[in-house]
Amino acid sequence: MPRIGVFICHCGHNIASTVSVEEVAKFAATLPGVVIADHNLYSCSEEGLNSIRKSIEQNKLDRVVVAACTPRTHEPLFRSVCEQAGVNKYLFEFVNIREHCSWIHAKEPSSATEKAKRLVAMGVSKAALLEPQTEGESNVIPAALVIGGGLAGLRATASLAAQGIETHLIEKEPRLGGLLNDITTLAPYSESADTLLQELVDEVRGSKRAHIHLNSKLRGLTGFVGNFKATLDEAGKKKEIEIGAIIVATGANELQPEGEYGYGSVPGVVTQLEFERTLKRGEKPGDTVFIQCVGSRQPGREYCSRICCNTSLKNALKVLEAGGTATIIHRDIMSYGTVWEEMYRKASEKGVRFIRYTLNDIPHVRSHASGTAVDVFDETLGERIHLDANRVVLATPLISQKDSAEVGKLLKVPRDKHGFFLEAHVKLRPVEFATDGVFICGTARWPSSVRETLSQALGAAAKAAIPIKRGKVVIESITAWADPDKCAACGNCVASCPYEAIEILEQDGKRVAKVNETQCKGCGTCVAACPNDAMQQRGFTTRQLSAMIDSLVKHALEESP
Amino acid sequence: MTEFKPTILAFCCNWCSYAGADLAGVSRLQMPTNVHVVRVMCSASVKPEYVMKAISQGIDGVLVLGCHIGDCHYMTGNHRTAKRIPVVQKILKDVGIDEKRVRLDWVSAAEGEKFQKVITEFVDEVAKLGPNPLREVAF
Repeated sequence: MPRIGVFICHCGHNIASTVSVEEVAKFAATLPGVVIADHNLYSCSEEGLNSIRKSIEQNKLDRVVVAACTPRTHEPLFRSVCEQAGVNKYLFEFVNIREHCSWIHAKEPSSATEKAKRLVAMGVSKAALLEPQTEGESNVIPAALVIGGGLAGLRATASLAAQGIETHLIEKEPRLGGLLNDITTLAPYSESADTLLQELVDEVRGSKRAHIHLNSKLRGLTGFVGNFKATLDEAGKKKEIEIGAIIVATGANELQPEGEYGYGSVPGVVTQLEFERTLKRGEKPGDTVFIQCVGSRQPGREYCSRICCNTSLKNALKVLEAGGTATIIHRDIMSYGTVWEEMYRKASEKGVRFIRYTLNDIPHVRSHASGTAVDVFDETLGERIHLDANRVVLATPLISQKDSAEVGKLLKVPRDKHGFFLEAHVKLRPVEFATDGVFICGTARWPSSVRETLSQALGAAAKAAIPIKRGKVVIESITAWADPDKCAACGNCVASCPYEAIEILEQDGKRVAKVNETQCKGCGTCVAACPNDAMQQRGFTTRQLSAMIDSLVKHALEESP
Repeated sequence: MTEFKPTILAFCCNWCSYAGADLAGVSRLQMPTNVHVVRVMCSASVKPEYVMKAISQGIDGVLVLGCHIGDCHYMTGNHRTAKRIPVVQKILKDVGIDEKRVRLDWVSAAEGEKFQKVITEFVDEVAKLGPNPLREVAF
């Protein structure tokens, strides 16, 4: 009989405000094989982990079930506690009662508690049948791929190459630098964007380890952490490279507000990036009106693009220096933090005018005999104001790249509804995707400033270097195997395997299926294809999954018909 | 008479639909409490026998959720799921069980809203069908 310990997490209020954790723990204690059922305020805290470890030792547990959040973020943590307490980490089972229960049933505490009980019962029934496993290892190809040659990609490439890692940088355009090429100076300290870019490009070009591929796109990707094979299209030519880790630094683009606020029809109306280009060419800005939140913070595109307020403040100060007047029409000035707030104060003191508008009454831009005119209802004055301008700058948000869907599909990494990439966990696993060996930095992840982009790029490079520097990656023991006594050598599994990892071989005078474990990726397709129940997947055996179904039947139907 | 609340089992693949379910949770999207998610690595590892077993033991509905076609973490796994599940539905229909008790759908890691929609629709649909007629046979 197994000795199972069940630990239910309150997750502060996240679980406990909906699910009665005490009741679930009391119920868990009655399940077959369970010798202890406890609950913790935060199971993943130092205190929570210590109490689980102690409980494993004191109660001589040989199976551990934690009912908390999602295995996609926290499984490695609890598995390591099991190992520390001398229990094989494959004897651990995770039950998700937060994302899959308390958070989605916030208004139904009693039904949610009943559901949490059933989920725990299912987990316990699987745990009883878990078996210890040993993990394999695989070598890591000591090279990295960075997708995107803008600020983030350049910084990440320079960092990886400086660590002695062969790094391939692919850029779809014929030149490096991305959006940074169009920017004059960097707020708040007015460093030249060109200088920063040139330094980075020189560092990358000067490194023997960095390999730049211009006019190049990723076309295909196979493999897994440590052993990826990427197919590139380099200026029309197909090229294959092998790498151990990948950094996505594909950046973002500025929204073109076609048809809005006179863009495209009224002369003098430009986007912020177009305005930067005119400043870079040395054009005098003249009297300038900035309109903030054009195409953002409104239904359909609700997010704040994070950089536009600070960019307008920076450029408004430039306009004043060049002898023009500057007016910023905004919905709220988002000059967060210390340096940006300082810049906001400086702009106010130097004479930049601020006018607040609302979505109910947006500014109107039209042609005027002497240039461009903006009519705006000033919220504070309660009056409609007329402004003459040489230029109207539309501060539009950064939006995801058009081809981010394609990149996401090739790398099998998720994007949010706006097309920005989603990291595994913003606090626990920043700059990492849930897929091992693939990392993210810069504006492909979310609109971010130059400073933030640089930090993220360094973070992603540091993380990507971990498997490469270790030289080995552990292969999770979720591979398939065939029971020779049951196998009839029909070959269904061989035909179904997407990795050609199964062969029919002769063993003890009988033909049986044999799985090559270094090639098996643990999808379990062969398990479903096997008509004799001979094929099994470690951690997902047919007995384990059947036990979960039986458990649901027992607790949902038999006991509460 | 209290309203019938069906019991539903959902197989979600680790890479897309389980992550989509997590996203629905993170986004606090509310949905009925009848669905019990079982994590598998790929929707293609869901044996038709699991679905038959659940239905024959009285579970009111079974959902199989995977990555969208073309997005499978295991390249072509979900192509097999797409072939297998309709066969299961046909067998159920042939023995007099409404095939709508089994549903196959695709939910990506970014589709928390779709997960909510699929769950809500399926629970409604199965609730309309009433209790699984095999419940009485099973018990």
